[in-house]
Amino acid sequence: MTVATQAAYVASSPIPAIPPPSAHAGVIGWLRANLFSSPFNVALTIVCALLILWIVPSLLRFLLIDAVWTGADRQACLATPEHPEVGACWAFVRDRINFFVYGFYPIDQRWRVDVFFAALAFGVGWLTWLDAPRRDICLIYFFAVLPIVSFLLLHGTPGGGLPLVETAKWGGVLVTVVVAAVGIVVSLPLGVLLALGRRSEMPAVRLFSVIFIEFVRGVPLITVLFMASVMLPLFLPDTWSPDKLLRALVGVALFSAAYMAEVVRAGLQAIPRGQHEAAMAVGLSYWKAMYLIILPQALKITIPNIVNSAVGLFKDTTLVFIVGIFDLLKTVEAARGDPQWATPVTSTTGYAFVAIFYFLSCYAMSRYARYVEARLAQGDRR
Amino acid sequence: MNQVTSFLRPAPLNTDVAVEMIGVNKWYGDFHVLRDINLKVMGGERIVICGPSGSGKSTLIRCINRLEEHQRGRILVDGVELLDDVKKIEEIRRDVGMVFQQFNLFPHLTVLENLTLAPIWVRHLPRREAEEIARHYLQRVKIPEQAEKFPGQLSGGQQQRVAIARALCMNPKIMLFDEPTSALDPEMVKEVLDAMNELANDGMTMLVVSHEMGFARQVANRIVFMDEGQIIEANTPEAFFASPQHERTKLFLSQILH
Repeated sequence: MTVATQAAYVASSPIPAIPPPSAHAGVIGWLRANLFSSPFNVALTIVCALLILWIVPSLLRFLLIDAVWTGADRQACLATPEHPEVGACWAFVRDRINFFVYGFYPIDQRWRVDVFFAALAFGVGWLTWLDAPRRDICLIYFFAVLPIVSFLLLHGTPGGGLPLVETAKWGGVLVTVVVAAVGIVVSLPLGVLLALGRRSEMPAVRLFSVIFIEFVRGVPLITVLFMASVMLPLFLPDTWSPDKLLRALVGVALFSAAYMAEVVRAGLQAIPRGQHEAAMAVGLSYWKAMYLIILPQALKITIPNIVNSAVGLFKDTTLVFIVGIFDLLKTVEAARGDPQWATPVTSTTGYAFVAIFYFLSCYAMSRYARYVEARLAQGDRR
Repeated sequence: MNQVTSFLRPAPLNTDVAVEMIGVNKWYGDFHVLRDINLKVMGGERIVICGPSGSGKSTLIRCINRLEEHQRGRILVDGVELLDDVKKIEEIRRDVGMVFQQFNLFPHLTVLENLTLAPIWVRHLPRREAEEIARHYLQRVKIPEQAEKFPGQLSGGQQQRVAIARALCMNPKIMLFDEPTSALDPEMVKEVLDAMNELANDGMTMLVVSHEMGFARQVANRIVFMDEGQIIEANTPEAFFASPQHERTKLFLSQILH
């Protein structure tokens, strides 16, 4: 007030900081601002609170409180006068966990699957750690070494050594992970090539890319899988019938490549024209310019979207059970019918287990995408 | 280390004529952007090209390293004709450095990596030598201490000086500048012009699209004035500023010189 009323003003003493009025701070202030700011908001808050009260306690009771954790067979999970309420039968999952993870993979060979999981986890960790050393070697490891080694490891080495384990015996988490990993490992490079093809100046290359991408994106994955598993053998000579899992893998990989291509294309389009021109002006060839200048920038900003595609692909892998492949869902499906564990809660428990597995995996992936996004937003405008 | 020292001077031309454009025409769709351009740039010459926006001056110098394709006429760069042969074009681009209005540094690489990338991948120099050359040119443009930073951490003037150094690291015979100071804050223009000045003193053949008339007066051997896709007038700076011949030139000069 003094400032406005006097022509000249000099501050005489500092004004001390005081806490804000209670309506705008603390728990009450927050509640008021965020949950009860208007009649509509109050109504929403009440509805949501009721929903949570209705769902969460019964879910917790089923999954945890009333759940049966130990037991050798169905007797443990049946309702008795002492235990009128029976929740999830985790004893069933514990008893069958090896089947869910390895399928029919021979018991004495299951260490090979464990080694595969470890090698894959190592590769994923290296690849997703943005500040990791030698990420160029990591790319070679992940996209070249790992697929070949994994195939030999899981399927067996031809000249003796590891005995052959045909893919019909693979199952459970192993198949789910293999399908998802092959889908991602194949679809990313293929998608990059298709995206470059779609932006190419050569009409034939561009036309092929457009037709492939649009055709594959225009049909459902189930159709692609049916075509791969039922129609493909019709076109091939009888003597050369590819493996059932391999056919599904090809279908999944081509399908996700088309989606990956569009994701990568969006990233390529975000790179300014000046970057291409600067690369050309110093005499870089097309492929060197792409490899050194354009793709590193385009892929980096596309990581969140690539991960989102991977999440989608990971969940889509459950569809392979339609063509008779034993993925995780299918193994649970098979185990729940086992009379040894036939109880009213067996199926629900099995499905809950699958749901939790998928949720944890996908949630981890989308958290990673969020983290990369946040890092790109703050850091990379350097 | 012989290779390194040869990289620290402008590369010698094979012929006397650095750039020759003979009857060059270009269209963007129906728009006739370059009309019968005839221009001969001798080795060591410094040409400043000016003119109103849309007059085709950027297009002209971008034709010299084939960032734009001309449709009629001939362009010879150090005696080699620009044709559709991709290998030939890449060879010419190696010897012709370019500096852009928007700098176009590679944002994912450090300053040093920006400078060494092309020498390593195109000239196939060992990394050590490429870095030695890069540090020399960073010194020349007076920002040796910024080598490990990323382009986004530098000011506009510093970025443009890095861009000049990046072009020089390829040991070019000819340098093209496409409005190098137009995107800069006023107080940063001088540091970039100083770097270009020094390059001119080394005897580099330069084609500069610019509105910096002070620079043109001081450094250019010839000024080329363009309007509506054609060369209206070309002359020495003294004659160009003192007695412009064409009406369009007089009008242009009256508008930019106050």
